[in-house]
Amino acid sequence: MRVALFITCVNDTLFPGTGQAVVTLLRRLGCDVEFPQAQTCCGQMHVNTGYPEEGRRLAGHFVDVFAGYDAVVAPSGSCAAMVREQYPRLARTTPARTAAPAGLLTGGSAPATAERDDSFARRVAETVPKVHDLSEFLVDVLGVTDVGAYFPHRVTYHPTCHSLRGLHLGDRPTRLLREVRGLELVPLPGAEECCGFGGTFAVKNPAVSAAMCADKVHNVASTGAEVLCAADNSCLMHIGGTLRRQRTGVRIMHLAEILASTEAAR
Amino acid sequence: MSGAGTFLGMPAFPHNAAAAVQDSQLRFNLRKATHTIRGKRAAVVGELPDWAELRRAGKEIKDHTLRHLDRYLLQLEEAVTAAGGHVHWASDAKEANRIVADLVKATGETSVVKVKSMATQEIGLNEALQEEGITAYETDLAELIVQLGDDWPSHILVPAIHRNRAEIREIFQEKMAEWGRAAPEELTDEPRALAEAARLHLRERFLSTKVAVSGANFMIAETGTLVVLESEGNGRMCLTLPETLISVVGVEKLLPTWRDLEVFLQLLPRSSTGERMNPYTSTWTGATEGQEFHLVLLDNGRTDVLADEVGRQALRCIRCSACLNVCPVYERAGGHAYGSVYPGPIGAILTPQLRGTASAIDASLPYASSLCGACFEACPVAIDIPEVLVHLRGKVRHARAERLGMRAAGWIFDRPSRLARVQRLGGRLRRFVPGRLPGPLSAWTDTREIPDIPAESFRDWWNRTDGGAR
Ligand code: SF4
Repeated sequence: MRVALFITCVNDTLFPGTGQAVVTLLRRLGCDVEFPQAQTCCGQMHVNTGYPEEGRRLAGHFVDVFAGYDAVVAPSGSCAAMVREQYPRLARTTPARTAAPAGLLTGGSAPATAERDDSFARRVAETVPKVHDLSEFLVDVLGVTDVGAYFPHRVTYHPTCHSLRGLHLGDRPTRLLREVRGLELVPLPGAEECCGFGGTFAVKNPAVSAAMCADKVHNVASTGAEVLCAADNSCLMHIGGTLRRQRTGVRIMHLAEILASTEAAR
Repeated sequence: MSGAGTFLGMPAFPHNAAAAVQDSQLRFNLRKATHTIRGKRAAVVGELPDWAELRRAGKEIKDHTLRHLDRYLLQLEEAVTAAGGHVHWASDAKEANRIVADLVKATGETSVVKVKSMATQEIGLNEALQEEGITAYETDLAELIVQLGDDWPSHILVPAIHRNRAEIREIFQEKMAEWGRAAPEELTDEPRALAEAARLHLRERFLSTKVAVSGANFMIAETGTLVVLESEGNGRMCLTLPETLISVVGVEKLLPTWRDLEVFLQLLPRSSTGERMNPYTSTWTGATEGQEFHLVLLDNGRTDVLADEVGRQALRCIRCSACLNVCPVYERAGGHAYGSVYPGPIGAILTPQLRGTASAIDASLPYASSLCGACFEACPVAIDIPEVLVHLRGKVRHARAERLGMRAAGWIFDRPSRLARVQRLGGRLRRFVPGRLPGPLSAWTDTREIPDIPAESFRDWWNRTDGGAR
C-alpha cells in the first residue's frame, strides 16, 4: 500500500523522532511509506485562532499534495481531526469571490472563479476520507493490534481531546499498547479532561491553561508511571513542559515511539 | 444586553480568569459542585438507550422552529390573545423593561415577586424596576442568595454555585432582615436550616405580593401555553398566587406543538440537574380567572443571531447548563469571569453574538475555550459550540502583532522550502534559545519548559538518509 506520511509541522520541526518512529513502524508492517516533500501545515493554528482565509489556503495546499495517495497517515490526533472536521466546513463556507488556494502574496484579492472553488471542495471530498490518525490506520486499515513491539516500562495514556471527541479513536490506542510486550499500562485518573493546551489558548489564557495542566500533571504523577504516552505531541509538549518544570521525572513519549521499539532495536 | 449595566466595561476574560484561578475557595466550591452534577447527569443520560435520538429530535425541532420563527410567533400571539392574555413585542432590553415597568405601575403596586429567569437578568430588569421605585424580589433559593449578597449570578442553573454553606449562612444572617423576615437567631449552616430560613422568608413574600414576573422554559405556538420547570415550588407560588403575571420570554423559546414538549421534558431535567424528571412543571395558557396575564416577547439581538448561518445554532439552547458543568475552563475561571449573565461555553458563544464584539470582554469570549469539545458532547440539543467559537474568532478584530505573526507563519507554511530554511535556522540557533521567552510567549515559560529544539528536522533527516534507507 502506498502510504503518504503527513508528519505535521510541529513534529517535523520539533519532534522528528516521532516521524522516524512512524516510518520504522509502518515499514515493519509492510507499507510503502512516502514523504511528500511539498507538505507544510494543515492550517489548524490559523483556523482555530480566527484566520480562516490563511487556513483555507493551507488546506488547499494540503489537498493538492495528498489527493493522489491511497492513504495518508498523521501521527497527530488534532491535525487529523482538523482535516476531517474542518476541511469540509472550510469548503462549504468558501466565499464565492475568494479562491482557494490563492498564493499568499496575492492574498485574498486574487480574482477567483466558481470553478476553482468547486475544485477545492472536490479535492477535499476526495482527500479527507483517506486521512487517518496512526492508531486508526493500524487498527482499521491494516487490521493489526500486535505490532511486535517491546517496551518494558510502566506507561499511562492520555487520550487527548481531539483524538477522543474529534476522531472518536476510542480504545484503539490502548488496545495497541496492551499488546506491547513488557509494557504495564496504568489508568490515568481524569484521563478525558483537557490538559489546557488548546493551541493559542495556552498563550491567550495562560492562567487557566496552567491551572488545567497542573491538575493533569498531578494526575499523571499519581499513577507512578515512568512514561506519559499520547498520540499528539502538542499536548505532550504542554504537559511535558510542566512535568519537567516540576521535576517529576516522568518522560513523555508519542504512541508511535513506543510502538516502534523492539527488543532487537535496544 | 444593555441593561446588564455593571457587567459591561469589564476587563477581558483572561484577566478576570487569572484572578479567579487564584481564589482557592472558589475553585474548590466550583469543582465540587460541577463534578457532582456532572456525575449525576452522566448516570441518568446513560440509562436512556435512545438518548442520541432524543438529542437529534431536540435539535431538529428547534431548527425547524427557528426556520419558521415568524410564522410560529404569530400563531403564538393569536393563541395567547384568544385565551385572554396580552402580548407585547420588545425589540431590545430598554423596550422590554419599559413595558414591564408600565404594566407594574398600572397595577398601583411597588413590588413584584420573581420566578428565576435568565431573560430578565439579561435585560437587567431588577435594576430598571428599581429606578422606577419598584422592588423585585427573587424567590429562587440561589437567586435569593445572590440578591441578598449583592452579588452576580455565576451559573445558569445554580446562580450561587460559587458560594458554600458557611458563606450562605452569613449572607442570610446579615441581610435577610433588610429585605423582609429576618433569619432565625441560631441559624446553622445545615442545608435544612438554610432552606427553612429561606422558606419562611419567602412565604411572607408570596402571600403579600400582587404582581409576579417570570420567564418561561418553553412557549407552545399551537396552544399559546407557557411552561416553567423548577425544583423548589417557589415558581408555582409566584405563578398562581398574584393577581397579575408578566412573563418575559426570548423569542427563541418557542415550540410548535404540545407534543414537542415530550422531547424536551426528557432532555432538560436530565441534562441540567441530573434528574429523570424535574419536581415541578407548571403550564399556563392565557389568563385564568381573576388573573391578568401579559407576555413580553423579547428579541434583544436574537433575530440578528438568526441571520448568522453558523452562529444561529446557539439559539437552540435550552439553558440546561450541562456545558458549564463539563467545561474545564469554567471550572477554573468561574462564572463571573465571562462578564455576562450567560457564563461558560454557551455564554462564550451567545454573549458576543447578542452584544457584538466591540468591548474587550466580548472580543475575548470566543477565545475563552481550549476547544476540547466536552461542551458539544454534553449539549442536549447538539450545539457545536467549538464550531461557533472558531467561527466567531474569525470575525473579531485581532491585535496587530498577532496579525503580523499569523501572516508570517502563513508565509513560511506557504512554501516547503521556506519552512525547511526556518527549521535549519532554528536547529543552528537551538543552543541560544533562552529558558524564559519574552513578550506574550513568556506566558508559556512561566509554568513550562520549552521543548529542546532538534538539530535536524524530520524533513532534513528524510532527505539525508533517503527516508532511513541510507
Ligand atoms: S448550550 Fe447546550 S448544554 Fe449549554 S446550556 Fe445550552 S442547551 Fe445546555
